[in-house]
Amino acid sequence: MKSLFALLLAALLAAAAPARAATEITFYYPIAVGGPLTKVIDGYARDFEKEHPGIKVNPIYAGNYDDARIKALAALKAGQPAQISVLYSIDLYELIEQDVILPWDTVATTADEKAWLKAFYPSLMMNGIYKGKVYGIPYQRSTIVMYWNKDAFKEAGLDPEKAPATWSEMAQMAGKLVKKDASGNVQRWGVMVPSTGYPYWMFQAFARQNGHDLMNKDGNRTNYAHPDVIAALQYWRDLGAKHKVMPEGTVEWGTLRQQFTEGKTAMMWHTTGNLTAVKTTAKFPFGVAMLPASKQRGSPTGGGNFYLFKKTTPEERKASLAFVKWMTTPERAADWSIATGYVAVRPEAYDTPKLKEYAAGFPQAVVARDQFKFATAELATFQTGRVRKLLDDAIQASLTGQKTPDAALKAAQAEADRLLKPYR
Amino acid sequence: MKAVYGWLLLTPAAILLVGFTHYPAVATLWDSLFSTGTVVRPSRFVGLGNYASLADDPIFWQVLGNNFWFALGTIPTSIALALLMAIWVNDRLPARALVRMAYFTPTVLPMIAVANLWLFFYTPQIGLLDQIGALFGAASHNWLGDPDTALACTMAMVVWKEAGFFMIFYLAALQSLAPELEEAAKMEGASRWYFFRRVTFPLLMPTTLFVLVNATINSFKLVDHLFILTKGGPDNASSLLLYYIYQVAFSFFDTAYASTLTVVLLVLLAGLAVVQFQLVERRVHYR
Repeated sequence: MKSLFALLLAALLAAAAPARAATEITFYYPIAVGGPLTKVIDGYARDFEKEHPGIKVNPIYAGNYDDARIKALAALKAGQPAQISVLYSIDLYELIEQDVILPWDTVATTADEKAWLKAFYPSLMMNGIYKGKVYGIPYQRSTIVMYWNKDAFKEAGLDPEKAPATWSEMAQMAGKLVKKDASGNVQRWGVMVPSTGYPYWMFQAFARQNGHDLMNKDGNRTNYAHPDVIAALQYWRDLGAKHKVMPEGTVEWGTLRQQFTEGKTAMMWHTTGNLTAVKTTAKFPFGVAMLPASKQRGSPTGGGNFYLFKKTTPEERKASLAFVKWMTTPERAADWSIATGYVAVRPEAYDTPKLKEYAAGFPQAVVARDQFKFATAELATFQTGRVRKLLDDAIQASLTGQKTPDAALKAAQAEADRLLKPYR
Repeated sequence: MKAVYGWLLLTPAAILLVGFTHYPAVATLWDSLFSTGTVVRPSRFVGLGNYASLADDPIFWQVLGNNFWFALGTIPTSIALALLMAIWVNDRLPARALVRMAYFTPTVLPMIAVANLWLFFYTPQIGLLDQIGALFGAASHNWLGDPDTALACTMAMVVWKEAGFFMIFYLAALQSLAPELEEAAKMEGASRWYFFRRVTFPLLMPTTLFVLVNATINSFKLVDHLFILTKGGPDNASSLLLYYIYQVAFSFFDTAYASTLTVVLLVLLAGLAVVQFQLVERRVHYR
């Protein structure tokens, strides 16, 4: 018995010894789009280790964005090591309130590193900066674009190369695109905008297009009840209730891509993260366009940022910085964008030969980049889960006809004010 | 000495039970008396404050109501269906093993896989349901996107998933019934329905109680499908108590309020269990 114990102890010691030789970085990351992306990430980690022999990287796939946040925070609370993580860009306020993250400015000290902090698209930094400090480095970032079925456009007698550019055009063209069978049942809808999963995100696009953002920079005030915001929700509701070009009720986020590729809707609004998946499954030529404008164009950005955790040693912070910097070089950003459909996070990536060549053969890939100049931050406030759910519920209640947009949004605003008052 | 020996034998089970059941329950109760702490605002004692805000929370009442309908819709249906299927596959019929297996298959599948499958049954236009409807000229319906049908859709799926599981218990009970009873009834000239009503069903009561307890617990416990099918929407129309607890705890990070909701769930389930065991058990055993 004693000898067995000694043997076990020796084995444990032997196993533990080599791990101490290098600085280890453990990071959690989520995946919210299709494709074998864990392999891509593991590949990056191995390549990085080859170039930096002193650093070992353990990427841990942690499910969707919610799962990843829960797992990373649980690991930290349990004292398990996690130095960095890719988490939802909008978790910023929550992570600050929990006091678990550090601004990258504290480790980016050289001129080169400081320049790196400014290398990204400004619209992608909006969700990562708090009180002038950079907390989130953009990584898997997306935005909303419009996909359209060129065959359906041709069939309806529309120009297959021209997507609607304004709200009224979209409603009008969608009306022509609706196809019914002999008994009057709809076989193809004009347009679909998903309203489950992330309704607030889609709604931010409508609100922005109608001239408004839904929250302020400090994350302690929402703007749900402005007349223009209410009008934006009314337009979304009208697409189904008045124009009859979209199904009434909510449209499921998860199955919308299949409905589009099966030809059941001629246009859809969806994340650029789905671009590669649509490209491989659609059997018809399709186009990708910026979202239409009311007063202006607009779309929120979304997705995940790299965060640096507070419970780290100086060596780990240095190693983390080196890794994240390596992950966001123009070449790797280009590679990641091609593999996923996520946008490349910095302008230089679009000048790399690889992405230039890809975009020449598949111009749909650069629409999201061109839309950046109209982009806005994703909805994030203090108490973000609750404040967001208020809006989600208001949107769904309006789309299903249970409440008017006016009543639903005013009630949501009143409740959000109550929640956010302590943070002002 | 004997007492020590007895206690030693009990210790491993007791440690597990206290560590993973009783301590968390008490800790939850304790946590529900405090506010959720953050670094900026440390947790403080609020007494029954969380319970007061619970009473004012319209979503809580809505999910509680949903859960009531969910239980009412799934428990009797799945039990009746399970009994029916068990009696049928207990008879001598061709390919009996195959039929039994077919009924049991839904139970073997993980809930998440099942929900993903049913998501495509319910999808408007391209979904199975709408395609069958289209054959008969029915218009497409937005099953999960309509607050009037979303909850019923999740109920139908759960019944489909649960009934096969309960069938197994009924089948086992049916096979342990003495064949003489049926022979005697036949000699007396009892009809099949009379025999079922007066002999089989009463003899199955202990099984029914067991199944009832399980079905009730499951109707509060099963929420996996919501993550895939509706996320509780539209506008909380299909949300259930446990799913709401998950949202409050991990999406809103309000652990104190989540504890409060958990205490309510615990009390509810404990109450139901007591009622079922105390009141129903008196009438369960055949005399």
